Amino acid sequence: MLSKIVRTVANQLILFILIFGLYVIAHGHITPGGGFQGGAIIVSGVIMLLVAFSSKELKKSLRERVLSIMESTGALIFAALAFAGIGTVFFYNFLVGTPIFGRIPVPGPGPGDIWTGGVIPLMNFAVGLKVIAGLSAVVLAIALFSSGEEVEE
Amino acid sequence: MDTLITHSSILIIAIPLVTAFLIPLVGMTSKKARNALVIVSLAFVAFLVFALAKDIAINGIHIYTLGATSPDLTTPTGFMAPVRIILEVDGMSILMGIIWSIVSLAAAIFSFSHIASETGQNRFYTLLLLMVTGGFGMMFTGDLFNLFVFLEIASISGAALIAFRTKFADTQEGGFKYIVVSAIASLMVLFAIGLLYAQYNSLNIGALAQVIQYTTPDKIALALLLIAFTMKAGMVPLHLWFPDAYSVAPASITGMLVITSHACMYAAFRVCFTLYGGMLGTSVVGWILIIFGLLSMFVGVTMAVFQKDVMRFMSYHAISQLGYMWVGVGVGLAVLGNPALLATYGRDAISGGIFHILNHAMYKPLLFFTGGALFYCTGTRDLTKMGGLAHKMKWTTILYIIGTLSISGIPPLNGFSSKILIYESVYQFHPILTITGIIVSILTLASFTKAFHSAFMGAELPEYKEVKEVPRSMIIAMVILAAGIIFITLFPALIVNWIINPAADALINQGAYINAVTGATP
Repeated sequence: MLSKIVRTVANQLILFILIFGLYVIAHGHITPGGGFQGGAIIVSGVIMLLVAFSSKELKKSLRERVLSIMESTGALIFAALAFAGIGTVFFYNFLVGTPIFGRIPVPGPGPGDIWTGGVIPLMNFAVGLKVIAGLSAVVLAIALFSSGEEVEE
Repeated sequence: MDTLITHSSILIIAIPLVTAFLIPLVGMTSKKARNALVIVSLAFVAFLVFALAKDIAINGIHIYTLGATSPDLTTPTGFMAPVRIILEVDGMSILMGIIWSIVSLAAAIFSFSHIASETGQNRFYTLLLLMVTGGFGMMFTGDLFNLFVFLEIASISGAALIAFRTKFADTQEGGFKYIVVSAIASLMVLFAIGLLYAQYNSLNIGALAQVIQYTTPDKIALALLLIAFTMKAGMVPLHLWFPDAYSVAPASITGMLVITSHACMYAAFRVCFTLYGGMLGTSVVGWILIIFGLLSMFVGVTMAVFQKDVMRFMSYHAISQLGYMWVGVGVGLAVLGNPALLATYGRDAISGGIFHILNHAMYKPLLFFTGGALFYCTGTRDLTKMGGLAHKMKWTTILYIIGTLSISGIPPLNGFSSKILIYESVYQFHPILTITGIIVSILTLASFTKAFHSAFMGAELPEYKEVKEVPRSMIIAMVILAAGIIFITLFPALIVNWIINPAADALINQGAYINAVTGATP
């Protein structure tokens, strides 16, 4: 555990990191980035907390069981969205033209419309969920292992 | 049913993937429900594979375009070349699919008892199903980049599964070697794909095959792809990691790893025959495969003769048997540019090589499973410490004998049918190939007899008084594979006519593969 200054700053900074990560995930279909990149940004915040507070403290709030459920859920949502198009073809973008993320973008340069992309933004969220849970579990397991703690089964 | 078959190729890949992520959730509540889920999903996948095989036998190459408005719309309106992810299943792919579905089902059943004493079993089945996904993806994809992605999925989950039994020290070493080799191989594949994509602006195998020029970068790409896939398949100069990784994995996983080696071999054939095709005719590539195949046969078996570790001994035999397939298909590749020779013996050599893949995929996992059963009962892999186990393990003994006779090519069994097909066809190419093949076969029989004698024969040893036959699920898994062997033994002509020859023709007939992608009408 690091000094009180570091812990306080980390506590304030995690909010901004979370917001930036969510921004990258949500704008994945119109700007560079996406589910994986945004998820990795959020996990970098988790690593910051890990450094500031030590793995023992973080283990109390990030439970392996919860992370495992989150990871599977993310993957299953992704697969479910792919399966939902199987009436036409697997991965068919069935949301195009509907009110949810359904607008067709105007070709050419523009500010970008977030309400486009069909299932792609939803898939970005699913991937983001999976990456957050999976990478956090990996980082936490490595930290616990190197500090000699038992990783719960 | 028609809808199911239309979508079957993607369902075969997607169902294991979805099941893999359901397992952690289901496994939290009940162990039995989890095992049932694994079996049901793999059995359903096997059913879909056989349904698809029947469809392909009747209607020809199966195409599936992901995300399009219709499954056979390969080229979107306004585009000149296919840009979407395309699955393309032809005779050769579906043969590999049939093998993979049977072996993965048997391996899952075998695992239920084999790893029953381990911790973290939910992760084991998640990884196992991810490996199944990766294998099917490699076999069914019509897109080079997807081949790379699925190769990665299969390799990473395979490496984790090799190192799964963390209580043994050598598993970590084996898993590490496997992941290093896989990483090098997949980076080489990625670099080769980059070379091709930079020149031709396409990733689809069929579309690339249509425009490929055989320029210098293409030759570099071919070399990289071949080195990567032969390294992953364990061809001889690059085989040193192979026994280390295969001997330490749980036996069910070793059985599956054999098939991932075959999948890499399939990818190498796909690159040689379909991507480069006629351009390699009468060229040096066929000879390279033949020479290194011969080396694999000979080095594999001579290294196996003096091994004491039962799994290591079988791993070296796997290298040796893979050599037969390289030689058979390599002869076909060497005469690909000469239609007369291809018709006389080239096609038979390819058929023989492919038939040997099918046979090897039945008896080698069976032998690995018996090796795993011995390890399960005695707690050692050292053949010198075993003895007299035939008194206690009657089923395992019988199944081991079936596997041994088959791998040594003893006449009525299936190993003989494919070996005789290879011997007779490659003899016309060069007699030395057949002579080496027969010598290797004799050495195989000799070493397997020796191993049989030291493990099963003799008087009962006092330290194995308490040994019992292995649990029922392990026997069922072995019996599934033995039933496959006996079926092929009884009806070799049926198998060759219905499965093997279409697969060989699919490799030779590059035009059909290209037409299926580029010529398809929406």
